[in-house]
Amino acid sequence: MNDKIDYESLLEEVDKRLEEGCSKEQEQLFYSKLKDAGFSRRDFLKWTSMITAALTLPPIFEPRVAKAVAAIAQRPTVIWLHFAECTGCTESFLRTINPSIEQVIFDTINLAFHDTLMMASGKRAEEALESAIEKYNGKYILVVEGGIPTKDDGIYLRIGANAETGLHRLKRISKGAKYILNFGTCSSFGGVQAAYPNPTGAKGVHDILGCEVVNVSGCPPNAVNMIGTVVHILLFDRVPPLDLSYRPIWAYGGRIHDNCERRAHFDAGEFVQEWGDEGAKKGWCLYKMGCKGPLTYNNCPRYRFNQGTNWPVGAGHGCIGCSEPDFWDTMAPFEEPNDKAGIRIPAFGGVEATSDAIGELVTGITIGAVGVHAAGAIIRSKAEKKKKEEEENNKNDQNKSDSEQK
Amino acid sequence: MAQVSKKEVNQHLVVDPITRIEGHLRIEVDIKNGKVSDAWSSGTLWRGIEPILQGRDIRDGGLLAQRICGVCTYSHYEGNTMATEVALGIRPPTNARLIRNLINATQFMHDHITHFYALHSLDWADVAGALKADPQKAADLAYEFSKTPYNVSVSHYKEVKEKLEKFVASGQLGPFTNAYLGNPLYKMPPEADLIMISHYLDALHTQVILAQMQAIYGAKNPHPQSLVIGGISSVMDMLDANRLAEFQFKLDSVKKFIDNAYLPDIDMLTHFYKDEFVKGWGIGNYNFLSYGGFPETNDWEAKYRYLPQGVVYEGNLNIFDPVVDEKSITETVAHSWYEGPKVGLYPGIEETIPQYTGLNADNTVKKDGKYSWIKAPRYKRKVMEVGPLARWVIGYATNHKDMRKRLDEFLKKHNANFEQMYSTVGRTAARALETAYICDGAYIFIKDLVANLKQGDESTWTRFEFPKEETNACVALVEAPRGSLGHFVTIKGKTIKHYQVVVPSTWNASPRDEIGQKGAYEASLTNLPVPNPDEPLEIIRTIHSFDPCLACAVHLINTDSGKLREFKIEV
Repeated sequence: MNDKIDYESLLEEVDKRLEEGCSKEQEQLFYSKLKDAGFSRRDFLKWTSMITAALTLPPIFEPRVAKAVAAIAQRPTVIWLHFAECTGCTESFLRTINPSIEQVIFDTINLAFHDTLMMASGKRAEEALESAIEKYNGKYILVVEGGIPTKDDGIYLRIGANAETGLHRLKRISKGAKYILNFGTCSSFGGVQAAYPNPTGAKGVHDILGCEVVNVSGCPPNAVNMIGTVVHILLFDRVPPLDLSYRPIWAYGGRIHDNCERRAHFDAGEFVQEWGDEGAKKGWCLYKMGCKGPLTYNNCPRYRFNQGTNWPVGAGHGCIGCSEPDFWDTMAPFEEPNDKAGIRIPAFGGVEATSDAIGELVTGITIGAVGVHAAGAIIRSKAEKKKKEEEENNKNDQNKSDSEQK
Repeated sequence: MAQVSKKEVNQHLVVDPITRIEGHLRIEVDIKNGKVSDAWSSGTLWRGIEPILQGRDIRDGGLLAQRICGVCTYSHYEGNTMATEVALGIRPPTNARLIRNLINATQFMHDHITHFYALHSLDWADVAGALKADPQKAADLAYEFSKTPYNVSVSHYKEVKEKLEKFVASGQLGPFTNAYLGNPLYKMPPEADLIMISHYLDALHTQVILAQMQAIYGAKNPHPQSLVIGGISSVMDMLDANRLAEFQFKLDSVKKFIDNAYLPDIDMLTHFYKDEFVKGWGIGNYNFLSYGGFPETNDWEAKYRYLPQGVVYEGNLNIFDPVVDEKSITETVAHSWYEGPKVGLYPGIEETIPQYTGLNADNTVKKDGKYSWIKAPRYKRKVMEVGPLARWVIGYATNHKDMRKRLDEFLKKHNANFEQMYSTVGRTAARALETAYICDGAYIFIKDLVANLKQGDESTWTRFEFPKEETNACVALVEAPRGSLGHFVTIKGKTIKHYQVVVPSTWNASPRDEIGQKGAYEASLTNLPVPNPDEPLEIIRTIHSFDPCLACAVHLINTDSGKLREFKIEV
């Protein structure tokens, strides 16, 4: 989607980094931990090819990813902060790392502070945080979970014995961070508490700090996207290429609709018409049930959730666009088709029926796809306007509801 | 009275942040002669989820309400969906009820196991102790508490111990940094510490399996996405025999963990902490409430729920209401950062406006004023404890056969009487007993589901119409893993007009009310020992035993106007 990627210079860059940054000791430690955790090198190499593919790097990078993960001597310290959130992202993360190769990686990274996992409480926990900030100043990865209330100087969230506001805490602790990774839609874009009417003035990290961040959005994000981002930093020591919403392109570059296992049914004009109908039993397309796959950029169809067990479309529910900015407002109502993408539904037996219609149809879809991606960034600035419109729509909705029912 | 040592001074202690919980919680206590003399519980985050819900499409409500909490991620989804179904006057078909019960069962087991091991076990087991353990003795000890201990072998315990040693030696302690290692309030022998910590590691694996089980019918975890108003969407998974086999296979492995690790660990804990297994240790008020969960009939009748409904007063099993009357629920804001009358009101009629009055100059809470974003719910004006202990007290009071049998067996094993359950240890034990009970329930739900499918019933959804007139405030009373959960909704057409949630941690973490009755956390801390204020282990242990979930507890209860009022901050 971008200009052609120059893999040769990427290779050069990585090789240089590996040559300078690896240590035998670290590598031995990693492999011994891997063995302790019950994994063979072969398991690790399999995992490496998965994550290399996820990062959309060619296979030639596989041994280099393995080397970086195992042997880079300067392991980043992670400080993980919670703001206005539901802990779902941490929960999602915990479902991945235990017990697995990801666990081993995190064993060899220093997770210096994490409220949900810390043993110490109160004063002792605060001391651990403060000493980590000082000791790793300028070097740590700051992982942020949750939106940040900003209204009334942020009084809606106060943490610690000094009752520091979340807003102050973010500004203070982000100063010494080398990278800021926003795990989840809340820290990326404000999330659920920022949905209209946003009573606490909650915002995403970038909207407050204005600096470079990596938004690993999703409510919650899938595990591959969180781990992949960390691996990318180990490999290149810089943030991955980002889209207009600061999301890694390797994870959020593809549209759900285009990679969906039910796409063939869309093309064939086979739709679920109501919950539990024959189409639902056969796994037909959920577009008419409001699926926001055509508007959403993420890799869920490929990696699914919970070690590939399932994902919303797999469970017969439309996508709600949870990794897009302001999705609570721009994608609602979730159970009604949203034609902002300019999607045309293949009618009368779908694309297979008449070849004449195909040309027109395909053009329609392609324009839709390109249009939407560009629109991603614009949607945010429009959100304010939309919120105002929404109030009016709510009034109209009641009138509409009568006519729309079948 | 213990001698007053240097450390046992009289002081005011602020514990913030309370870690290993969901959300942001502060506890402040007064300490006199090394014991807690008074306590204040303060929620320090407000997100305002209810005003956000109002005005939205009713079909979006469940997914949004779910984001109240990523831990009880299914409970709010179900609560919202059921409340809306009550408002629409519909009920989902049998298959949908059973699939929901199965998802909910995975939610309960996942929550209880994760809570005990990941968030609570290190309050009981000392890492420093485990480092001193003899693996051979540990293996012997494991057989004292179970005939078939989980993952037991001398070599395994040795391996776990070595892992811990390496970890401590690395100096990068991560979450263990500044932990209360070697604190004298840890009372188990080193071998027991090692056993529990080895199960801590096993539990991390078990919780991943449980999350996968939830995803089989729920799409994903956290934040499942397969409930719709009127039923479920995962009909394809339901009709797929492979999916069911996968679910059952995983359930078998979870059951093994519960029977051979979790329950024996609780026996071990109860055994070594028997000095604390006494009536009143970590309990302040003796009123218990449960709405009942897991409907066993399609009309959700309160009498037929797998977890029973009822209220027990004053710790007396004979002072008992078998039915919960939702009109007896009131909330008061006398000590919460909201404007409002002094007396408590029914959640459906009260109007609430934030009124933040700040903290004292030294950043402690204003003890006599407002000090929390959490409101104070009361039932018949009385403070209630909700959660596993409450459900088991009520199960005992109703003479629930299965629950009573399990609890009696536990008490007999420890030569204890029922009153001892009114304690931190009792609360922790009730959670474990419940996990085993719910696990067995999941087998029943599977059996019922297969039987129903065999009859040829494949329906998963009930059609409905959007009401033209505004409905009354409709309520669904359900049980979340941490306790009683009520969602109140009023709808008109496709739109949510009013929304209120009264959640478990609001009950337990509530501040004082207008007549000064302390909330359950506050009351439970009184008289607990705090020999070293820098390491308030006993406070943390008791607070954790409630399984606090603060994201749930803190949100605005009602905004009649549908708009949040501008308000002044009086700092």
